[in-house]
Amino acid sequence: MEPFPEIPMLGYDVVVIGGGPAGMAAAARAKELGLSVLLLDENDYLGGILPQCIHSGFGIHYFKEELTGPEFAARLAKRLVELGVEYRTAARVLEIRNYSDLEKVVIFTSPSGVYQVWAKAVIYAAGARERHAFEIGIVGDRVSGIYTAGEAQTLMDIYGVLPGKEVVIVGSGDVGLIMARRFALEGAKVKAVIELMPYPGGLARNVMILKDFNIPLYLSHKVVEVRGKGRVQRVKVVKVDENINEVPGSELWIEADTLVISAGLVPAVKKLKKIGVEIDPATGGPVVNDRLETTVPGIFVAGNSLVINDLVDYVAEQGELAAEGTKEFIDNGGIESRKWIKVEKGSNVRLVVPHYLSGERDVYLYLRVARPMEDVELRIPEIGKRLKLPVVKPAEMIRLKLKAEEIQKANKKLTVEVVKA
Amino acid sequence: MTTYRFICIVCPLSCAIEVEVKDGKVLEVKGHTCPRGKEWAVQEVTNPRRVVMSVVPVEGGALPTVSVKTAEPVPKEKIPELMKFLAGIKVKAPVKIGDVVAEWEGIKIVATRGA
Repeated sequence: MEPFPEIPMLGYDVVVIGGGPAGMAAAARAKELGLSVLLLDENDYLGGILPQCIHSGFGIHYFKEELTGPEFAARLAKRLVELGVEYRTAARVLEIRNYSDLEKVVIFTSPSGVYQVWAKAVIYAAGARERHAFEIGIVGDRVSGIYTAGEAQTLMDIYGVLPGKEVVIVGSGDVGLIMARRFALEGAKVKAVIELMPYPGGLARNVMILKDFNIPLYLSHKVVEVRGKGRVQRVKVVKVDENINEVPGSELWIEADTLVISAGLVPAVKKLKKIGVEIDPATGGPVVNDRLETTVPGIFVAGNSLVINDLVDYVAEQGELAAEGTKEFIDNGGIESRKWIKVEKGSNVRLVVPHYLSGERDVYLYLRVARPMEDVELRIPEIGKRLKLPVVKPAEMIRLKLKAEEIQKANKKLTVEVVKA
Repeated sequence: MTTYRFICIVCPLSCAIEVEVKDGKVLEVKGHTCPRGKEWAVQEVTNPRRVVMSVVPVEGGALPTVSVKTAEPVPKEKIPELMKFLAGIKVKAPVKIGDVVAEWEGIKIVATRGA
């Protein structure tokens, strides 16, 4: 495929796609390492989803201080400006093209026109999308008043608009719980939080929110139907058994004008699939090595596009790691390893990244368990690694540091398992 | 005697704490693993407090609102009153992170987003 002679051309070492915490940290680190960088974001402002996450709890690891989302974003943005990183907002990426290992083209539109950027490496940090009502089996009338949690949050905390007065929230993950608090604080009545699983999806400290505001939590329940004329009027909730099958005769109707869906995030990787990046079905994100390089050389990924994280601190950390990867890639024409060690999932491990380790450097493994367990040991039998943990929950990502010497002890693979201590 | 059971929110360890209270006095605290947890649990049953975050409208900014937080935790039962106060505030750009945009019963309301 030939380039487009009619489109203005820009040239950089690295193009970073996405101006959230992963992208900003990546762009800053790449610039610090002496690379020329262009950061692209489709929003009108930098920060990704952080400027609307007005609650605190961000930055404890990365900045060693507890910050709100906007404060965390502002610190990263300040670092970008001080380093003189070039960025474009309102810049929507149409396509990534992979011409050869050190020749990538990113085509984007912006208020000043269409551009093609030639770069040696791309860091993809476009985040995730929210699962919506149709994906979780809700049927019924096509009415207004149905929002994803992120949409409701944007309306409330960016635009200052209360999306509804009587609210049912689907999903008790951290995002659902935090939105329950936002609605309750703003004087809306949160009628119920509906959770499919028999346990809450969010951190225990966020489950406390429900107690603070006397919000009922329905565990092992699901919303199956929405009814209304023009606007949501009532939602149908049913009980589910341990196999998530609906229990006949358990229906109940809750009157509400608003339904907020907080049913989890999915890495936004459509553009990566198009260029042949291999996807891990467990994470929904790309298969990567310990430099966060995908299976297409020179295409790196970080943040929620890689794996859904629960802490923004890990997202920013992944951004920096990907930037260090691009530096090595550009300097050496590729990411080298004497041997690649495959990371495999053992007992009660639902997902783990990165997928391949070189043993050339220390790494963090990020993993999630499939089901909650107490008094467990995280083990990697091939290298005799053991770590005692009092509690593991699917909602909480586990981060494990492995030293290069430890990784080198493995032959071909490492199996990560979580078993009774 | 009343026994309160809750999950500690001081750190991510999430200890299950039990506090026994009689005639408004704390008799015993069980289940905590650190002194901070114990202190929080006692406060939680005697005088629960929360830092409150919200947004207030801003005139002439890039976005229509600016996010704010209370500079210190406020008593839980006074939160609805504080929210009513915040609903009546309007600020003018420029606002910088850390600016005090208002004060309510001696508690500073601090901007957490620029505008």
